[in-house]
Amino acid sequence: MKRAAGIFLPLCFIFLPLRKDACASSGEIVVSAAISLKDAFTEIGRSYERKNRGREVVFNFGASGDLAGQIEGGAPADVFASASEKYMDDLDKRGLLIKGTRSDFAANGIVLIVPRVSKAIPLSFEGLKAKEIRQIAVGNPRSVPAGRYAGEVLRYYKLLPSIRDRLIYGENVRQVLDYVARGEVDAGIVYSTDASIRAKEVKIAAFAAEKSHKPVVYPVAVVKGAKDEAAARAFIAFVLSPEGQKILRGYGFREAL
Amino acid sequence: MRLSLQVASVATVFVILAGTAIAYVLARKEFRGRELLDVLFTLPLVLPPTVTGYYLIMVFGRNGLIGKMIYEWTGFTIMFTWYAAALASFVVSLPLMIKTTRASIESVDRNLINAAYTSGHGEAETALRVILPLASKGIIAGAVLSFARAMGEFGATLMLAGDIPGRTDTMPLAIYSVASSGEWTQAHAMVILLTVMSGGFLYMAGTFSKRGV
Repeated sequence: MKRAAGIFLPLCFIFLPLRKDACASSGEIVVSAAISLKDAFTEIGRSYERKNRGREVVFNFGASGDLAGQIEGGAPADVFASASEKYMDDLDKRGLLIKGTRSDFAANGIVLIVPRVSKAIPLSFEGLKAKEIRQIAVGNPRSVPAGRYAGEVLRYYKLLPSIRDRLIYGENVRQVLDYVARGEVDAGIVYSTDASIRAKEVKIAAFAAEKSHKPVVYPVAVVKGAKDEAAARAFIAFVLSPEGQKILRGYGFREAL
Repeated sequence: MRLSLQVASVATVFVILAGTAIAYVLARKEFRGRELLDVLFTLPLVLPPTVTGYYLIMVFGRNGLIGKMIYEWTGFTIMFTWYAAALASFVVSLPLMIKTTRASIESVDRNLINAAYTSGHGEAETALRVILPLASKGIIAGAVLSFARAMGEFGATLMLAGDIPGRTDTMPLAIYSVASSGEWTQAHAMVILLTVMSGGFLYMAGTFSKRGV
């Protein structure tokens, strides 16, 4: 008897986490969200769980392009929140979203940041031409929306192709932020909301003119095949509610027009 | 592809030089902390490459222990250059070289070494003309293995060198990049190429260590 317990007790611990998965249909949803939303959505998730006892939100943060790729590949996401219309449109075209669930919930701005300790500070985007600015971090335009916007901004200020060989690509916008915060690069282009996350280590050198890039709008939608469509819809409704919007404002996100 | 070969070749040259020297010391010298040193050099073999990458950033980053000095004197930073990719590959493939070489140096017949010494040859000469030639099987096998490992290095490289198109996007990084943006056909070709090449290297390493040169 004792021996049996010795064998089975550890097994219980192994299978315990699985049991939770097994009842995932009772309100656990997976939200794949742009990594720029990390702090705001984590708080929104906590708030939502407090309001809806028994419901649980699991987040998967990453570059919107990577997340869209995962969803196309069949990753079990219930909600997709993108930092750009492009990747939402891609999924829409492939019929991977539930019709009528898509709405824009936030907007953002693009800024030029530099390490707080930096000596050579470009005071404008044009300042990036200076010789002292050797490395500039931007998101990889392949999958990182912030990188696409950065490319548009650099073209608008006529900095491309002249500074192209100074660009260092990050796999997501928070990596770009980290490169600047650690002082590995001289400057970086991120969302204004990111800059305030690590305000101790980075400072904003310039705001990109609004006409210099496509509007940064965040759409959200329910993914087709969601395990719990009702819970997914409820989460989106919460993001759009005054309470969800207030949290987003708190992190510097603007209202989507 | 070209970049991958370049990075792996440079890394392997340094791995052979440093690895053989370290393996020789570990195999032939008795001193305090020898096994500790061995553990230290072997760690990258078992540590997650991200941990190795983290240490490398702490040492060679622009604000790292050594990186800061280099940056302040020369304005050069190894971060995000192909040198960083080579450095990462060097560190993770070094243990393979040390392990195989140390084992083969230790298995060299003591009598032959002692004979060389008694016939008046110094340590350097004995090492170069007796020990290393006799251990050559293991050294070559180690070099081939290290090269294969260097070709496949991903985690530490991504952390230290980033994924910069045309500069640091070695094959493993390029595969990650195209696969995560959904371009599976491109990834497909590279995956097959890398698998075939790595398989070939393993086979080579196997035949060398059995038959010798």
